[in-house]
Amino acid sequence: MCRVTELQQAVLAKNDRSADDLRARLTARGTTVVNLLSSPGSGKTALLEAELRLACERGVPVAALTADLATENDATRLARSGAPVKQVLTDGLCHLEADMLAGHLDGWLPDPTRLLFVENVGNLVCPASYDLGETLRVALASVTEGEDKPLKYPSAFGLAHLVVVTKADLAEAVEFDREGFLANVRQVNPGVEVVFTSARRGQGVGQILDRALAAHEAGGPAHRPVMATAPQAHGHHHVHHSHAHVH
Amino acid sequence: MHEMSIALAVVGQVESAARAAKGDDDAAPTARGVTLRVGELAGVVPDSLRFCFELACADTLLAGAELSTETVAGRARCAPCDADWATGLPPDLCCPRCGSGASELTAGRELEIAEVRWAEPARVTTPEED
Repeated sequence: MCRVTELQQAVLAKNDRSADDLRARLTARGTTVVNLLSSPGSGKTALLEAELRLACERGVPVAALTADLATENDATRLARSGAPVKQVLTDGLCHLEADMLAGHLDGWLPDPTRLLFVENVGNLVCPASYDLGETLRVALASVTEGEDKPLKYPSAFGLAHLVVVTKADLAEAVEFDREGFLANVRQVNPGVEVVFTSARRGQGVGQILDRALAAHEAGGPAHRPVMATAPQAHGHHHVHHSHAHVH
Repeated sequence: MHEMSIALAVVGQVESAARAAKGDDDAAPTARGVTLRVGELAGVVPDSLRFCFELACADTLLAGAELSTETVAGRARCAPCDADWATGLPPDLCCPRCGSGASELTAGRELEIAEVRWAEPARVTTPEED
């Protein structure tokens, strides 16, 4: 017979604690983190470049950190905006974790930085599970990806504080079902705001910046996703302090 | 796939518990099996996790340990209607009665170590908080 210990420990508790620490440290120095999640090729780099350029024009101190499996192409593109940019190569890892982000910010994050945009690895599965200490989580989908994206990746869209549709200029060409998309977002994240953008046409640019500044001022997002209310939801976890029982 | 990161986190936490459970002069107990509670909305694929778990356990106190998973169904609640429903997957988080958004998700995002079966007696009854 062997002994059994009931541990009742959340597997991602360590990351959640690191994320809470990072959020507190960055808040203390006046920095709010925006975590951007999307599939590869959704156009989030193009949109982020436009948002950063606008922030620089308005004199808002922003910075961006972009994570990829390989290449520094995204940092080169984002740096054209004039904002400080750092490229992080994950060497094959499919997501960023809070400790990794904290390490990359050490000695780099310019002072002052009001908004730090983190462009996560292009992936809608894994990054959804990792709180990076962000105040605003944004999930992006392009019209070319189809209207069922939120249903296929419910955690990515279900935990977002803002949903952004990109490449809206192509909506007609690909027969994007706008109402269907909105209904699917509502199914997994009722009440979340959805905004439409086209970086190429300059349409809707500035909405992420505005929502991020509002979250910065308010000290939190305007929307609380239903999925984030779960007992084990990341970023709102409850560490179990129950004692282990030996049978 | 972040299942490898999750498997490594599980192994780390069980090893911490094993070190906490051993006496000063004893070797840490080895684990025979680990049970995880996985919510259907946790974004984890149990089969993929099982594969990664075997690799993550190699050369640790968990070498050869078996992974079992208990799936927890997603459930949501609408406070005004006092309604409670299975969310399904993909989840439907709007109330089937009034159509408004759920007040809360009461289950389905779990990702936790439920229990560990040890090959040797565990002596200490409080796990290390890490």
